[in-house]
Amino acid sequence: MIRTGRLLLSLGMLLLSGCSSVEPWVKPYERAHLADPIMSFSRDPVSDTFIGHVYQVREGARGAEGGHGGGCGCN
Amino acid sequence: MGVTDRSIVLPSSSRARHPGRGPESINARLKRAGVNRGVAALLVTALVTPALDAGVLPEDRADALYHSYDGGGVEVTGPSYLVRKGDNKRISGEVNYYVDSISSASIDVLTQGSPYSEQRTQWSGTMDYLHADTTMSAGYTYSSESDYKADTYNFSISQSMFGDLTTVTLGYSRGYDDVLDNFNPAFKENANHQNYHVSLSQVLTKNLLLSLNYDGITDEGYLQNPYRHVLVLNDPNDPSAGANFTTPEKYPDTHTSNAVSANFLYYLPYRASLRVGYRYYNDDWNVSAHTADISYTHPLRDRWIFDVGFRYYQQTRADFYADLFDRPDQQNFMARDKELSEFKDYSVGFGLTYNLLEHSWGYIDKATLNFNYDHIWFRYNDFSDVRGGAIPPQAPEYEFDADVLQLFGSIWY
Repeated sequence: MIRTGRLLLSLGMLLLSGCSSVEPWVKPYERAHLADPIMSFSRDPVSDTFIGHVYQVREGARGAEGGHGGGCGCN
Repeated sequence: MGVTDRSIVLPSSSRARHPGRGPESINARLKRAGVNRGVAALLVTALVTPALDAGVLPEDRADALYHSYDGGGVEVTGPSYLVRKGDNKRISGEVNYYVDSISSASIDVLTQGSPYSEQRTQWSGTMDYLHADTTMSAGYTYSSESDYKADTYNFSISQSMFGDLTTVTLGYSRGYDDVLDNFNPAFKENANHQNYHVSLSQVLTKNLLLSLNYDGITDEGYLQNPYRHVLVLNDPNDPSAGANFTTPEKYPDTHTSNAVSANFLYYLPYRASLRVGYRYYNDDWNVSAHTADISYTHPLRDRWIFDVGFRYYQQTRADFYADLFDRPDQQNFMARDKELSEFKDYSVGFGLTYNLLEHSWGYIDKATLNFNYDHIWFRYNDFSDVRGGAIPPQAPEYEFDADVLQLFGSIWY
């Protein structure tokens, strides 16, 4: 039991250390395309909210509508 | 057996069975079929603030939109105004005012009542606070119409990580609704909603984005429409005796649903983008649904953007839904809401955006005019059109088309 716990702990530490060493595989200077307004999941929120409502009222399903955000994650 | 032998006993018979209610009352009970559900749906899903790019506040902008929906005998028009302003550092706020002016002669209204008009207004506000790679948001929405009031509070937190390649958002919202009856002042019921939201936005390559979304939603309280009725045979042993709309719907008082979606957005080798999405939905009323959509965005010269898209949706019916019931007490729960039946819809849409300014002008960085049009085909598999007098299975399946227009202007400052 103790050995299993140590194993899990070691595995967890390994995974965490893996997170700290993740290098962005798309460099900031490679994000020009992602920064283009046409690469936004929600280019016009006022329009997306409306059309989402049109479907919500007339369909049984709800939630997880489309995607949000997008863009390059840069300022 | 002729169609006339199976003709429905329409509202005149309903009044006979409810001598205490006059014609106006009958109309009132039916007039709003199909509307309350929409309000609840809007508020349930409005709770989750659109996930932000954590680490970046949304741009300051203002939008003025006119919308129009026309389909199935229902016309809905109105404005939506949205203003967002921040301090360009840590805080950004948004206010939205939205109106639905409804004129309805829907199939439910025509078979169970008479046409009506009414208005719904909605106010919402959201504040976003950015700290390092974390964005925290809190919002409030209030919706009001003559017989439905709803307050919704929402909170979310977004964290950007891995060099801003990944954004994770957690959201929670809670809604409190009052369900009223315009012609029965003593009637007041409640419905509460909770929404748990998780989403992940991922940069996969320098040309490809992925968005994964999950929403778990629970409802509790009075979930049916107080005006709508189910269709029940006059004589369970003799279908030729016709049917009537005198038995109110009865829904369970809890409802839990789960929805997951995956959306990809790809930058094409020339300057254009392609978006593909899929959503799976199921709930404990046994409704399951698939949604798929694809859209293409193409800038034209420097000042135009053209969008075109296609969307497909299909769902199964709820356990307690039936087009026609044999007896008024056939089941504990009974519904004849076409949104709980088995059906599909599909739509095509296109949009055009024109950039009004070549360069910034005073405080205005950018201004656009936008036009969007969608045409939707609704096709029902077990919801009959009983307007002609025939009842299921002789009555034809119901179907209708809808036109959806949006015209709006936007400025960035």
